[in-house]
Amino acid sequence: MTDPTDLAALAARLRSAPAPAVAPPTFPTPQIGYAVHDTSVGRLLLARRGDDGPVIASLYLKPTDENHSAAGASTEEAALIRIAHNTGPRILRRTAAFDDVRRELDSYLSGARRDFTVPLELSLATAYQRVVLQTLRRRVPYGARASYGALAAWTDRPKAARAVGTALGANPLCILLPCHRVVGASGALTGYAGGLAAKEQLLGLESRAR
Amino acid sequence: MSLPPFQLLVDAHWHDVARLAAALAPPGEAQDVSQQAWTQAYAAYPRLRTADNLRSWLLTITHRAAMDAHRARARRPSPVGTLTEPSAAPVSAHASDGTRAAHPRIATGSDPALSAGSALSAEADPALWAAVVALPLRQRTALALRYICDLDHATVADHLDTTPAATRRLVSDALAALRVRLTDPSAPASEDHS
Repeated sequence: MTDPTDLAALAARLRSAPAPAVAPPTFPTPQIGYAVHDTSVGRLLLARRGDDGPVIASLYLKPTDENHSAAGASTEEAALIRIAHNTGPRILRRTAAFDDVRRELDSYLSGARRDFTVPLELSLATAYQRVVLQTLRRRVPYGARASYGALAAWTDRPKAARAVGTALGANPLCILLPCHRVVGASGALTGYAGGLAAKEQLLGLESRAR
Repeated sequence: MSLPPFQLLVDAHWHDVARLAAALAPPGEAQDVSQQAWTQAYAAYPRLRTADNLRSWLLTITHRAAMDAHRARARRPSPVGTLTEPSAAPVSAHASDGTRAAHPRIATGSDPALSAGSALSAEADPALWAAVVALPLRQRTALALRYICDLDHATVADHLDTTPAATRRLVSDALAALRVRLTDPSAPASEDHS
């Protein structure tokens, strides 16, 4: 009695019917919250513990327009997977929980601020990366530059310039920990996760504001 | 084994969870059931031992949350007048009007050509949802898991704790019943609608 094509159409209608009156879920403070922040040097993925805990990631994301070269930049999904690998998978988008970090980054990038007060945590770094990044923070102030070799010497491994380069390349806290201040012995900019143009822009900003 | 960041699950599957909740929840409780399912999923997530079939895992939690809501409702001596929709959600007023205001549209909706057309549109389909939630709970569970969630008969059978053959019959009876209800919305309301 029933027309089978009619039933097939009805099944198709069920498959595609959007849910009425149901909003996306909301969550209490997550283990790790993250947000995307667009800056003058590129798009960053910021992550922190809870809604106001230490910042654990500031990673360059691949720009949507491909003209912009940023060799070390990752996609949002890859950045989140990197974070989850270190912290566990309870990671949620918290767009509104990063006002303090956004403000400090923006004021740094406008030349109005020289260092950051938001708490940082190096949980995405290995023990060696941590040593290198902490030495960087202590020894290379705003406006200064250092070579990979100098940083290697300060970490008591003078021959480890290449390892220092790799450790800086894995910097999980871009801009907040200033790996852009480390350049080749000849002064060449070498590489940067946000692309060489971003590195040049950051160094230019710091030398002008000096 | 490492589990994907939870936000990726939310982004990929919240629409399907919402659709299943809308089909299975007691009247006016779809939002609560969906939210409840996500809260439970977030709590249980790190203990999950495999990242295979995360969608199916979420739909199972949603199904269970909807059944819990029906049991809770049965225990509550709730007056019939509490069929209210959450007032904050603008679309819900639309959906609750659906049964009555959309009568003319229900008539056109039973036209096969128009049904196929509306399957492609991204608009809410209040007449369809009103007809789905008017079906008896077991029928609409079978229908929702099979078509709204696009699960195969064997998986639906697991959810319903029955055989694939019985599921096949249940699904086809439910689809026929849905068709009748869309053609003639004044068909007697089922027991769990009010």
